[in-house]
Amino acid sequence: MTERQGDRLRVVAAMSGGVDSAVAAARAVEAGHDVTGIHLALSRNPKSYRSGARGCCTIEDANDARRAADVIGIPFYVWDLSDRFHDDVVEDFLDEYAAGRTPNPCLRCNEKIKFAAVLERALALGYDAVATGHYAQLRAGPDGDIEMHRALDHGKDQSYVLGVLDQHQLAHSLFPLGGSTKPDVRAEAARRGLLVADKPDSHDICFVADGDHAGWLREKLGDQAPNSGGPIIDDATGEELGRHEGTYGFTIGQRKGLRIGRPAPDGKPRFVLDIEPVSGTVTVGPRERLAVHRLRGVRPRWCGGAPSRMRGTVQLRAHGGELPATVSVLDEFVEIELHEPAFGIAPGQAAVVYDGTRVVGSATIAVTE
Amino acid sequence: MTTENGPAHYLDHAATTPMVPAAVEAMTAQLVTAGNPSSLHASGRQARRVVEESRETIAQAIDCRPGEVVFTSGGTESDNLAIKGLYWSRREGDPARRRILASAVEHHAVLDPMEWLARAEDAEVELLPVDHTGRLDLDAARAAIERDPASVALISLMWANNEVGTIQPVAEVVALAHAHGIPVHTDAVQALGSVPIDFAASGVDAMTLTGHKVGGPFGAGVLIVRRDLDLVALVHGGGQERDIRSGTLDTPAIAGLAAAIELAVKRQAEHATHLAELRDDLVRRVVEVVPDAHLHGAPLESRDARLPGNAHLGFPGCEGDSLLMLLDARGIECSTGSACSAGVAQPSHVLLAMGCTDDAARHSLRFSFGHTSTAADVDAVVEAIGPVVERARAARRA
Repeated sequence: MTERQGDRLRVVAAMSGGVDSAVAAARAVEAGHDVTGIHLALSRNPKSYRSGARGCCTIEDANDARRAADVIGIPFYVWDLSDRFHDDVVEDFLDEYAAGRTPNPCLRCNEKIKFAAVLERALALGYDAVATGHYAQLRAGPDGDIEMHRALDHGKDQSYVLGVLDQHQLAHSLFPLGGSTKPDVRAEAARRGLLVADKPDSHDICFVADGDHAGWLREKLGDQAPNSGGPIIDDATGEELGRHEGTYGFTIGQRKGLRIGRPAPDGKPRFVLDIEPVSGTVTVGPRERLAVHRLRGVRPRWCGGAPSRMRGTVQLRAHGGELPATVSVLDEFVEIELHEPAFGIAPGQAAVVYDGTRVVGSATIAVTE
Repeated sequence: MTTENGPAHYLDHAATTPMVPAAVEAMTAQLVTAGNPSSLHASGRQARRVVEESRETIAQAIDCRPGEVVFTSGGTESDNLAIKGLYWSRREGDPARRRILASAVEHHAVLDPMEWLARAEDAEVELLPVDHTGRLDLDAARAAIERDPASVALISLMWANNEVGTIQPVAEVVALAHAHGIPVHTDAVQALGSVPIDFAASGVDAMTLTGHKVGGPFGAGVLIVRRDLDLVALVHGGGQERDIRSGTLDTPAIAGLAAAIELAVKRQAEHATHLAELRDDLVRRVVEVVPDAHLHGAPLESRDARLPGNAHLGFPGCEGDSLLMLLDARGIECSTGSACSAGVAQPSHVLLAMGCTDDAARHSLRFSFGHTSTAADVDAVVEAIGPVVERARAARRA
């Protein structure tokens, strides 16, 4: 970041075993920093999480990270954060689903693990910053604060999952890839002799072993009534259209997998409109009923100072677009008025607020209307 | 082994120790010669001669017969061969012999084959308790044997523990076992060169030794097996090593191994005195700097109860991993003594068996001295340990 150029920092590079974090670590070294590679062991039982090259929690990934550190020429250690990860991320993920919401565990992990547990430990051990392979840009703002902006490559931008970071966290973070495109990063990895250059990107949730999200939730939550089953109700008529095996299998806006035998009278597809965790009722209806005009967010997190009222844009899911909005901050709530409707917005997801390319902050969506 | 702060202070000799020049010389002399020791021609005979001379050298150093020396790929293979080979042959003799007794603080190379036998081969494994220093509870051993001696296939008890350096009552266990005709295996990998080892006098039936812990090459070890003991082979093939361990003999490694063992035994007394002086100095001075640091295992005063080069220290309020990393950054190399092949360190089963809490088991470091250690290594640790512990404590609270 601008104000630190030329400073030699002691940096912990969080290395997942993937290509991005490996190149980020290499760039931190090249920038003159004193870098130590750290792989986070997040699974209590490494074999039970995703196997193969796609996740972030396996022995193979730890080995890939270690080999990358060898090639870069930095010390490398594994930090066991499995207990913290279980308590702060996995349990929260289950609780949220049990409550009928759709959480984003990556934001949670960034907030509680990578830029909290890891950062605090690194600072205490005498390091100055944590570097990761996230695609986002940090710049010094006019008032000296560190600003976070979308990555140069908007297609790869990951500022959404970093929208939970506050000024303290940002001031001790390095995102060396923010100004690059993914193809450039892969080419650079190959040029540097990093064997992970061709490794596929990870997409799914790292702690769900086989990518079978619903199956994993069924296994973990299945016995917890009322999630073990309930009616699927037509929003217009109140008629029961079918039964389901658990609300955890649904998210607001979902269209596929409803397994309703009969088509709607008007022949239009039905979408999940509402999930009622207590009764286990899933309400379905036409797409226009999904339209959301206002959101209420809780647990706001601000990258810098909290705004009182602003016009900007919001992003409501990890790979979603930006929507123009007016954001008002009221104590512990954030009211977001969308200038055009959004569809399929699930409580539990994060609303990340932008001012141009700058991330202002985020809140967890609690109520939509 | 250098860092930007100067030469590294290598204090992890229990993990492995550099090769001694005599072993390097003996090994390299063989690396450039042709000849399979099993071949009948002159080159083969020459290689065979080197192997047999090495066998005799080892036999003389350890006080066993040359025919009792079985060459293997190292400690883990020797332990596996002893545990599985003995279990199978004893059960063949009497299907009722299914119990395997061992101390709870054995190395994983002993524990894991036993657990495998329990899973796959119907064995009953009994891990015997140890006291707070890690020494086998002899009363418990006696009771376990006497409960039903006829059902015991074998007993395995390490000569000295690899983590905390506690020396085990092998002779006493041999006496208890032999009263009932039960064979005893001992893993003496850590003890060789540090304490006197005499195979014949010890009475044990099988003993594991390895090269790289005593200045020999990696990948070379022996299982010493009493001549009259039947052992079922793990590796089948050309029938080398009395048909107990097939595979082309690795002449260069065996030559290096023999040279290292010979030297280690010859220098043992002088070596032990030197290591104990360094170790005692380290422990005393570290405790001066960090008053609540404490030694795990047998007290220093009990000279015969502990390996001379082992200092296993607990630092309350710290994570061993943090300490290791901070010391590593200062060029000081030691071990947390916990297995972490999967990346996630588990608290040491040895410390847990000694009655340490999970927390205490995680706040420990093992410093182990060897033939290249000097007073400068001790000075470096003493200088670094105060600030390192302070930082590790802060990181723990973070």
